[in-house]
Amino acid sequence: MAAGSAWRSLVTQVGGALRTPLRTPALSNASFSRGMQTVTLIPGDGIGPEISNAVMQIFDAAKAPIRWEERNVTAIKGPGGKWMIPPDAKESMDKNKMGLKGPLKTPIAAGHPSMNLLLRKTFDLYANVRPCVSIEGYKTPYTDVDLVTIRENTEGEYSGIEHVIVDGVVQSIKLITEIASRRIAEYAFEYARNNQRSSVTAVHKANIMRMSDGLFLRKCREVAENYRDVKFTEMYLDTVCLNMVQDPTQFDVLVMPNLYGDILSDLCAGLIGGLGVTPSGNIGANGIAIFESVHGTAPDIAGKDLANPTALLLSAVMMLRHMGLHDYGNKIQTACFDTIREKKVLTKDLGGDSKCSEFTADICRRIQDMD
Amino acid sequence: MAAHSTLLSVSKFINPVWGGRLGNTVKVLGTSLPSHRSSSRLAPPPAKYGGRHTVTLIPGDGIGPELLSHVKEVFRFSCVPVDFEVVQVNSALESEDDINNAITAIRRNGVALKGNIETKHTLPPSVKSRNNVLRTSLDLYANVMHCQSLPGVQTRHKNIDIMIIRENTEGEYSNLEHENVPGVVESLKIITRNNSLRIADYAFQLAREKGRRRVTAVHKANIMKLGDGLFLQCCREVASGYPDITFDSMIVDNTTMQLVSKPQQFDVMVMPNLYGNVVSNVCAGLVGGPGLVPGANYGRDYAVFETATRNTGKSIAGKNIANPTAMLLAGCMMLDHLKLYDYATLMRNAVLTTMNETRLHTADLGGQGTTLEVVQSIMRMIQSKGQLTA
Repeated sequence: MAAGSAWRSLVTQVGGALRTPLRTPALSNASFSRGMQTVTLIPGDGIGPEISNAVMQIFDAAKAPIRWEERNVTAIKGPGGKWMIPPDAKESMDKNKMGLKGPLKTPIAAGHPSMNLLLRKTFDLYANVRPCVSIEGYKTPYTDVDLVTIRENTEGEYSGIEHVIVDGVVQSIKLITEIASRRIAEYAFEYARNNQRSSVTAVHKANIMRMSDGLFLRKCREVAENYRDVKFTEMYLDTVCLNMVQDPTQFDVLVMPNLYGDILSDLCAGLIGGLGVTPSGNIGANGIAIFESVHGTAPDIAGKDLANPTALLLSAVMMLRHMGLHDYGNKIQTACFDTIREKKVLTKDLGGDSKCSEFTADICRRIQDMD
Repeated sequence: MAAHSTLLSVSKFINPVWGGRLGNTVKVLGTSLPSHRSSSRLAPPPAKYGGRHTVTLIPGDGIGPELLSHVKEVFRFSCVPVDFEVVQVNSALESEDDINNAITAIRRNGVALKGNIETKHTLPPSVKSRNNVLRTSLDLYANVMHCQSLPGVQTRHKNIDIMIIRENTEGEYSNLEHENVPGVVESLKIITRNNSLRIADYAFQLAREKGRRRVTAVHKANIMKLGDGLFLQCCREVASGYPDITFDSMIVDNTTMQLVSKPQQFDVMVMPNLYGNVVSNVCAGLVGGPGLVPGANYGRDYAVFETATRNTGKSIAGKNIANPTAMLLAGCMMLDHLKLYDYATLMRNAVLTTMNETRLHTADLGGQGTTLEVVQSIMRMIQSKGQLTA
């Protein structure tokens, strides 16, 4: 009996590993092993610790084969004087390949750059993936949203290169490279193929930024040639915005450079209910992936058991799917959506007045009832 | 007075040559030009011969030509004292002669009504967007769009009333790109103090004129600290001169999130070029789509009117299903600008009555009407008002 279920879970894991994106040979080795998988957990600041606890509790209830390794990523000054994340955190991430991160506080005058930026640079997290699916039970003016935004996360308008030319004239440089554009396009098409999505739309402004977005678009077109099973379209940023607020159902997978991705992914998050219910994943080179909640640290409700763990939970579900553990992922997601649909123990931001612990307990109970 | 007008003509001479990027050259010369307009509307050119205005008309591509011909028809029918000088711009040609002719015509007439000119991707990147060339050459620094919920249109959000003022000449649309190393392209986004002050000033003056209470600056200064930081600083400086108007700021990604959940919180918004593109399209979508909202581009000396979302509408061209509302309302805005208020009100009322009361809608609003039917309904309404018609 135990052997049977172990065999079944092995097959699922192998099957899952075969479906995960390319260039993750290390990942498929890790998921090949039966038994527990270690994931680096970065609780974060503010409400981070409590929602991380909630997620750990729920995973426990679901008996997911995940072992958590908690790490802190507050920046420290390295030997060369450069800011970096603590070496034990880096080592843990390099070993485990999977990470789950809560909200990090960006201090204003601490002297070091934002932690998110540091993480991105350290692990070369080049793709930010945000699936936006309407949550049944959490009403917004938009229903039936089901799209994914894939945003290039390393260059573009966020290269951080700015100069004052003369007093009163500032130039910011937007960098678009062939390598990064090809990489993100390939990831987008792989994702579409692995997740049974039918089309990929490149979002650009190549009518105005002829050379830079033109390069991005050319690379997308080139990569599309190799993925004939996925439909490829291109659309101007303004047309996407216009159509998105009128009929979001027409979009499937969207791929775009950094700034447009930032704006559009937040726009789509707004369609389904905001950052409190939106999952997000960052894919890096060498098979590293860090899944995170994108809301803020909410210092005003920190420690009061009022936080909503949905965003972090859905990101963790995304992580389970990425690792090939679809069964556990589906189970947890169904329990979460059922709880929200029932509307009995919602946290304040979802329109209820229950505590975080009550919400978590309800989800755990549902999971246990499912078995 | 003579000195003032000489200064005016000197600055007119210098600015077109050196462009807006060097800032207000008159200020550099050590004198400051007093605002020769008390309101944010600039003084229109004097009426031409016989009390009739001449306006440049650029049909553009896609649905532009058919919609503009409807506008001409309605103007003719209502006996509006405006003559159109039509200038064609062929977007398939690489040479800039066409667009230069159009620019000259607009300089001559002072006012224009245009459709969107397509930017063909088959042409090399050195061929700039013609619309952009027009805006920068004429220094049309303010793009103004007023998004209002219309009672006759079904939308997810109600009671929206937002004015969007977008910097129209610099920012990401500076057209300065180069490829230093093969495979690495740099695109420059330019923010200048002068242009930021200018647009902020325009926004606050317009807000005051229209009795608006709040101006929100949209930016991304947490990432583009110097560029958008400068823009925000300029807005704050200008805001200090208008204590009766509340000023706040919001980061662009949060703004789009707020717009799709609670758009009623916004009043007047001012922002640099690219964010303006995103926000104005989102707002147009919220109130019912690209067929409903007119837009205006104002410079110090010229004004060009068009639809707010600047679409060519290639897929629906020639099928008689395009929504003429946006272009007709743009025509009304132009009439207001020419101080032909009675005609403007007459036309606007007819358009809005057709939209809200008869519910004759085109396909983009979920209706069955054709463009021609809507236009004819509008003309019937104008006639029923008892005015002189052709």
